[in-house]
Amino acid sequence: MKGDFTTLEKRLGVSRRDFLKYCTGIAASLGLSTSDAIAMAEAVAKPKKRPVVIWLHGQECTGPTETLLRSEHPTLERLILEMISLEYHQTLDTGAGHQVEHMKELSMKENAGKYLLVVEGAIPTKDGGVYCKIAGKTMLEHTVEAAENAAAIIAFGSCASWGGVQSAYPNPTGAQGTQSVLPGKTVVNIPGCPPNPYNFLATVMHFLTFGSLPELDSQNRPKFAYGRLIHENCERRPHFDAGRFAKEFGDEGHKKGYCLYKLGCKGPETYSNCPAVEFNDIGGGTWPIGVGHPCFGCTEEGVGFTKPLFSLADVKTHTPPNAFPEISDREETSNVTAGAAAVAGAAVGAIVGGAAMAAKKSGSSDARDSQD
Amino acid sequence: MDRRSFLKGASVGAAAACVSTVAEARPNLEPAPEALGMLYDSTLCIGCKACVAACKEANNMDPVISGDDLQYDSAKDLSGDTLNVIKIYKDGTAEVKDHEENGFAFEKRSCMHCVDPGCVSVCPVTAMRRDPLTGIVTHHTDACIGCRTCMGGCPYNVPQFEYDEAFGRIHKCQMCNQAGLERISKGGMTACAEVCPTGATLFGPRTMLLEEAKRRTNLKGGDTYHYPRGDISKPESFHEKDLDANYVNHVWGETEAGGTNVLHISGVSFDKLGMPPLGDRSYASQSETLQHTIYKGMALPAVALAGLTYFVKRNKDKDGEE
Amino acid sequence: MSKAQPLGGTIFTPFFMAMMVLFAISVYFLGVRFTEGMGAVANINGGYPWGIWVVYDVVIGTALACGGYALAITIYLFNKGQYHPLMRAALLASLLGYALGGIGAFIDMGRYWQFYNLLLPWHMNFNAVMLEVGLCVATYILVLVIEFAPAFLERIGATGLLKALNKVLFLFIALGILLPTMHQSSLGSFLVAMGYKVAPLWQTVYFQPVLALLTALCMGFSIVIFEASMSKVAFKLDDETHLLSKLGKIIVGILSVYLVIRFAEILMHGKFGYIFAGDKNSLLFIMETVLFIIPIVILSSQEKRNNPKVLIWAAVSMLFAGSLYRFNAFLLTYDPGPGYSYFPSVSEIMVTVGIVAFEIMAYIVLVKTLPVLHKPKHA
Repeated sequence: MKGDFTTLEKRLGVSRRDFLKYCTGIAASLGLSTSDAIAMAEAVAKPKKRPVVIWLHGQECTGPTETLLRSEHPTLERLILEMISLEYHQTLDTGAGHQVEHMKELSMKENAGKYLLVVEGAIPTKDGGVYCKIAGKTMLEHTVEAAENAAAIIAFGSCASWGGVQSAYPNPTGAQGTQSVLPGKTVVNIPGCPPNPYNFLATVMHFLTFGSLPELDSQNRPKFAYGRLIHENCERRPHFDAGRFAKEFGDEGHKKGYCLYKLGCKGPETYSNCPAVEFNDIGGGTWPIGVGHPCFGCTEEGVGFTKPLFSLADVKTHTPPNAFPEISDREETSNVTAGAAAVAGAAVGAIVGGAAMAAKKSGSSDARDSQD
Repeated sequence: MDRRSFLKGASVGAAAACVSTVAEARPNLEPAPEALGMLYDSTLCIGCKACVAACKEANNMDPVISGDDLQYDSAKDLSGDTLNVIKIYKDGTAEVKDHEENGFAFEKRSCMHCVDPGCVSVCPVTAMRRDPLTGIVTHHTDACIGCRTCMGGCPYNVPQFEYDEAFGRIHKCQMCNQAGLERISKGGMTACAEVCPTGATLFGPRTMLLEEAKRRTNLKGGDTYHYPRGDISKPESFHEKDLDANYVNHVWGETEAGGTNVLHISGVSFDKLGMPPLGDRSYASQSETLQHTIYKGMALPAVALAGLTYFVKRNKDKDGEE
Repeated sequence: MSKAQPLGGTIFTPFFMAMMVLFAISVYFLGVRFTEGMGAVANINGGYPWGIWVVYDVVIGTALACGGYALAITIYLFNKGQYHPLMRAALLASLLGYALGGIGAFIDMGRYWQFYNLLLPWHMNFNAVMLEVGLCVATYILVLVIEFAPAFLERIGATGLLKALNKVLFLFIALGILLPTMHQSSLGSFLVAMGYKVAPLWQTVYFQPVLALLTALCMGFSIVIFEASMSKVAFKLDDETHLLSKLGKIIVGILSVYLVIRFAEILMHGKFGYIFAGDKNSLLFIMETVLFIIPIVILSSQEKRNNPKVLIWAAVSMLFAGSLYRFNAFLLTYDPGPGYSYFPSVSEIMVTVGIVAFEIMAYIVLVKTLPVLHKPKHA
């Protein structure tokens, strides 16, 4: 194993220590144990054969690719290039034109059933999908074709997950998410605008290591990343609980870092690990709410790009069992205790007993004085 | 006058008193001319309990710590330490908000500020007072003897005594207008309405709130509506919201036991939310009608005493010394 | 007519000592109540502001102390002088009952150090039943003291004062009839203001005062029978069954009127179904009604009511009936809403037991030292 890591150090240009640290970090963000981190490290250190990745771009701003490029512990682009065999990626490919399209077809044929398909961007479906064409074929055709023999499909970013900004009303191109054009296939959604690169990396790592996808929620988002509301992990939550709200941008509450709910923060209805992972690896609360802007719900279909930016969110934290007293809960109530019942019974018994005694003793003289 | 005719007279008088109750019944009090109140809209409430926290802060009250594993204020109900609390109605899986079956709904418990308050009627020492102008019901500790009749006389179990204090006091919501706080008199609003992020607790004149409540209860699921926040007469902001559930077409507090200044509307029927079974007549009006019928400003007891004195004297003299 | 005399004899009998122990226990718990608050001793809570300290000590306790009131009506309004021998003992029991009811009210008063606000005209709320009850009971305690004063004055031989008092006593006797009439009926009126919390079988807007008054009167007559019977046995006194059985006849009359009104009200308001609902409330109602009917059955028969053995059971049944009626209305069927419950704690019951023990002790001491009871002629 040691030898493996030595070659890895050379191969990836990272120290063994940094590499293990990275794997441990990824494992932690997946909620896995240290032994799983070692397994991951091994999976990367001695790849059987680097898995092939086909990366498609539809209607989008290349945000997901950009965000991925900015994940940098350690020197991530190298890791990606070494770990996986990225055989088609419109932004990163050095070649262009017919050459790369040919390479892609070839790769898909060669690696049928083994390659990973990553979709970035929404897929227009109106008018036969003519609004996004690559190499003479529509994005719709590309996606269906590539999905055919993919081992796993990951929709990276909100556009790929559920249509994103271009699917907002009136949606002139009929933009849709990957899942909805691939009925019957399992598409892992990593939504976000931009999505958090570590959620993507962790999912890929899980697939590489265990050969399976991580646990998904009802919208096929990995639960490790989208299992909790932003509201539940938010550093401003105590302000919400205490009723301290910023009422407008720049007011006293806003300057003091109060809760942004009244400014339309969608944290209470948006599932994502943003407050825990943050962005850009610089720490210090670098994420939208951390820097004073309300969350706009980018990871949540029907919230981001759908609800007005500054409208109030529907708070979803109070799913039972949350600590709300029920209507019939009272501060102090008292039930019968055995002792109290005994004492009460004894008191009544004493009266009856006394009366019985008096009646008995009275009886002895009743013959004498019953003359009414 | 002999005994027989006295007793006859007395029974006729009693019968007359009974009959006259119908004729001279004291009606429910009318809402105060500039009645202030609040509108609690259960469908808007998100259960953030900001109002509970704000209330404790404004009224300078201690948190209620429910157990070792809960180190924050977690009052279960009103008490000597809590004037306002958000409770939950749950049924079955409790999945859908504002639904009776397999749903849940929030409910705010605080003083309803009755139009014809029972606590004011039953307090022997006028420690409970209803402001003649605003209808706000306040409590005055300096007068209170701690008999706790107000607790029994309140249909909502609102006034609460500090049983855990050697020198306890009665506590109830006074709409943040008690001496020393006087937020309303200073032109402000209640702390709970001010802090409420959704406008679920809305402050303002009762007439405006009642109008607003009726407008809302006539909305149907799916409608969008602009909800004011803070003070309805000068709202600081509005927010737009789609109606998920239908309102129950009932404004609690319009007529119940003479009406209340704090109105409630909800998507779930009010008995589920723990509201008591009340008719239109206030208990205060019934109790006072009865008392005043019997006593007629102490005239009846005075007449009775005169008659009694006459007979006792006559019989005692006839009897001679005991 | 024999004259009332102090009974004499030892005060510290074993029974008396037992009562002292009970009283001492209650003093301890009262100490806790006054230093740590009522919650430390009593189980009263947000929904049940009144526990047994109010309902037993005040509401039931004063009704049980209506002996003096009932006899005063019989003797002075209906001119039945033959009951005079029972009067002093009844007055003493009334005085003790009311005084301890007053003490009970004071113990239960959350802010007792401000009780004088009841007496300040600018604080008074004339709409409040509680004001009327408080003032009436306080005044009646004074009236009872004055009515009972002759026994004390005789003992110390203050004949001049006794004569002077006797001249104006009729005024106090009249007051002593009026005041209980007022506050005993008002104790029923309390229930009106509690509205829905009082169960339908016990809630009625216009008949509360008359129901409370009639049962209080019956309890007054019954306590005279009970107490005379107990005293006879305890102090070996002459039998007074001939007098007591006539009181029994009065009870039948009043009780019949009460039951007619009670059931008429229930029928009138269509609440008959509640009686047979088979729940806790219907069971309590049936128990209460049976206890009310037992004395009617017993006392209607001349033979039975002349049998002191049976007579005392009729009185006891009546006392339990009246007490249960009050317990039912104020506590057992009282329902302030979901989640609230009340049952007295041991310490709470012990305080009440201690108060009753004190009452019995005071009664024993006073009848042994003051001219209250009539010693047997052959003694």
